[in-house]
Amino acid sequence: MSYCPNTPEEISDMLAAIGAVSVDDLFAPIPAALRAKSFDLPDGMSEFEMLRQMQYLADRNAKHLSLFIGGGAYDHVIPAVVDHLSGRAEFYTAYTPYQPECSQGTLQALFEYQSVICRLTGMDVSNASLYDGGTALAEAAVMAMRATGRRKLILDGGINPYHRQIVATYLEDQEVEIVTVTPGTGIADRAALMAALDDRTAAIVVQNPNFFGTLDDLSDLAAEAHGKGALLVASVYPISLGMVKSPGAMGADIVVGDGQCLGNPLSFGGPAFGFIAAKKAFIRSMPGRIIGQTVDRQGRRGFVLTLQAREQHIKRHKATSNICSNQGLCALKGLIFMASVGETGFAELARLNYDKAEYAKERLSSIKGVTVLNSGATFNEFTLVLPTPAEPVVERLLHNRIAAGVPLGGFYPHLADCMVVTVTEKRTRAEIDTLAEKLQEALWN
Amino acid sequence: MELIFEKSVTGRRGVRLPASDVPRAAALPANLLHSAPVGLPEVAELDLVRHFTNLSRRNFSVDTNFYPLGSCTMKYNVKALENAAGLFAGVHPMLPLLPGGETHAQGALEMLFELGGLLSEITGMDEVTTQPLAGAHGEMTGVMIIAAYHRARGNKKRYVVVPDSSHGTNPASAAMAGYEIITIPSDTSGDMDLELFRQAMTDEVAAVMMTCPNTLGLFNPHIKEICDIAHAHDALCYYDGANLNAIMGKVRPGDVGFDVIHLNLHKTFGTPHGGGGPGSGPVGVKEALIPYLPVPRIVKTSEVDFGIETDRPLSIGRTANFFGNFGVMVKAYAYITMLGRAGLIQVSEQAVLNANYIMARLKGYYDLPFEQTCMHECVFSASRQLKHGVHAIDIAKFLIDRGFHPPTVYFPLNVKEAIMIEPTETESKSTMDAFIDVMIEAAGQAGHNPQALLDAPLTMPVSRLDETKAAREQHVCCVDY
Repeated sequence: MSYCPNTPEEISDMLAAIGAVSVDDLFAPIPAALRAKSFDLPDGMSEFEMLRQMQYLADRNAKHLSLFIGGGAYDHVIPAVVDHLSGRAEFYTAYTPYQPECSQGTLQALFEYQSVICRLTGMDVSNASLYDGGTALAEAAVMAMRATGRRKLILDGGINPYHRQIVATYLEDQEVEIVTVTPGTGIADRAALMAALDDRTAAIVVQNPNFFGTLDDLSDLAAEAHGKGALLVASVYPISLGMVKSPGAMGADIVVGDGQCLGNPLSFGGPAFGFIAAKKAFIRSMPGRIIGQTVDRQGRRGFVLTLQAREQHIKRHKATSNICSNQGLCALKGLIFMASVGETGFAELARLNYDKAEYAKERLSSIKGVTVLNSGATFNEFTLVLPTPAEPVVERLLHNRIAAGVPLGGFYPHLADCMVVTVTEKRTRAEIDTLAEKLQEALWN
Repeated sequence: MELIFEKSVTGRRGVRLPASDVPRAAALPANLLHSAPVGLPEVAELDLVRHFTNLSRRNFSVDTNFYPLGSCTMKYNVKALENAAGLFAGVHPMLPLLPGGETHAQGALEMLFELGGLLSEITGMDEVTTQPLAGAHGEMTGVMIIAAYHRARGNKKRYVVVPDSSHGTNPASAAMAGYEIITIPSDTSGDMDLELFRQAMTDEVAAVMMTCPNTLGLFNPHIKEICDIAHAHDALCYYDGANLNAIMGKVRPGDVGFDVIHLNLHKTFGTPHGGGGPGSGPVGVKEALIPYLPVPRIVKTSEVDFGIETDRPLSIGRTANFFGNFGVMVKAYAYITMLGRAGLIQVSEQAVLNANYIMARLKGYYDLPFEQTCMHECVFSASRQLKHGVHAIDIAKFLIDRGFHPPTVYFPLNVKEAIMIEPTETESKSTMDAFIDVMIEAAGQAGHNPQALLDAPLTMPVSRLDETKAAREQHVCCVDY
């Protein structure tokens, strides 16, 4: 089965039009010496057999786990309209809107997406999405260096360690100085960040809430960075912005994050999308596709890909990034998600996450020997300090079908007794209570 | 059409969330709280459904229109693939990174491992990482692997060589890996000029990046010679797999001498393009480069068990949050499983047949800069029509009015007024004949009534749009609310 529709008669007619005897003739430009030495693949099968095989694989993944883990991927509700509407074939099976007249659906949706991202982050401009939160952070780091003409970055150690690894990979072959500031138990270490900040610094890069869950008012960091001609780059958790002051209001210049939590399933880590937004002054340093509003010949509103002179298909090696595609469909899901919950629902969603996490925090930290690491406010994640190493505890709770948290020892060796617990709106009070009981058992029985 | 924000009515609600089952917690400190609304639209669910349904109707798509966008392989996206991907929607990517957590994600890990094996066999490489999130991301990953290889061997390398017909992502990706670019012009047969290439090759060249068949749709018969010349300078050979749809079962880049490749699963392996993404850009390497692949690496730990490796000292590191665009890979795996060996060979044969058919039927009407047998796509020039003041873009717009998504225009850059047509194997002769008739009509109109082309399109929700105004005003966000 290859979904090739032409009949043998049609194939003969086509070969005759070409002036070839057989399909093999068409491969004559390939010298015999270059032909494939092997092509050892299984035989094909029907879709029913394929789905049976996929079901076998799917059944090898655990079902009905109680998820209290995040680490960059979050288990949130996805309203049914998100998949139904984003699954419209006209969105699903189109491509990059190079021809705007017959792509206004995608273009307007992405313009609306950019508008939602700008409003959420308090920024002026957004692109049409990037791959994921980690690569968005790396692109933001490169963008900050381009915008300032400087080659030094200060990274707070409270940034998701995977995202910091991605930044390191992206910048491995570039001339850049990266200073990573060790995280403490609360907000980003002001003294250490200020000690590293100088007039060669392109940006201070922070995550809010940080990997441990702590929320930070970044306003003073923005002011200090700006005083040295540097930028503040903030990676944020979009759902927190239903209650937390926007990074724009705190003074950030470039804001990034991962959009998976907005209407995209966990799907073992992808696909979802990353977002990047900035103050207007930096638009020409921005990577990726950008949609702009304009008018047609009759003066009607319409949307086009704009500022393409930044991009690789025009600028080649001088482009702002090598990025070509975006995560259009996942960004569309993000937009539909935001519009489906709306202003009030989004605030409620943030509140639910906050309240449930606060409940869990109180419940879990009342267990003997268990304390909370975070010295400040948190949103829907917090870090527990256990009386024993966290890894065996997490492993034991997995036997109870509870993914209790992400142990920190692998990321921060001095925090081997700690784990980050995530509580989204999907976790019920009963699940939280069960987690508390099982944690108590694991520690003391 | 109104923006979703313009349909908003204060107080209107869409989807309802669960009621809280926990006590209301103490408020956050005031300095952390936002003081103004976010500015999200407030619409009922039906308003939302109508808005996006009607928006979708303003798109051409593979499911509604022939979409012969050259270099993008817009083949039919088999519906069963979606069902397959849905089976994995709830798997958390942190599970295998938890102690004892691998057992809870065996199916996902097995699928990734098996897909890597299938892609290795299809391309003749020794190992594939599925982590890169798109083709360009794969290119960057691939060139970083090359850079890490040279660094580990103490090689002093400065340049990456690309032909002038290459995708723009090739030089852009090489630049991100810290290399300077040498661009080699094409010769009169459309291939990279071999003599100029030979002259450009020095021991300072880290890699040569080739697309084969190239962006003109032509198979370069000297490809092995190019690899050999590169290897003689201890440069590595990079294969841009954008055009793999032409050669499955016919040529394997690994057999020819390529050291690193990337694939575009959303092209060759039939996953939906989603209006610009998500893509997926796995990277395959030869054995000597395996140590440099990104982490985490998927490994088989017993006859039936799979795990991950993160401690790999020579690795370039992590290039994405987790394991790549997993959902896209499920679809590609399902596609390969359904088509099997014979099906994939048939894909390439019929893709090449379809492209040659269109080329044969249209060559009397449009200039064909390179006349030899093409592979999966053919590139015309509208230079003949330009004499009447009609550009490639005008022909594209005329096609829109007749219900066809235009081919890629103005690429590759080394063909003036390029029209790049890639029908793919899933299109029938009937569909292509209808397209050919309209292309012939457009060529006729260019001579007799060029205004008809210059005015097009007239049947869409908007006519031609003012791109200069968009770039000048930079109105990229709806601010009034």
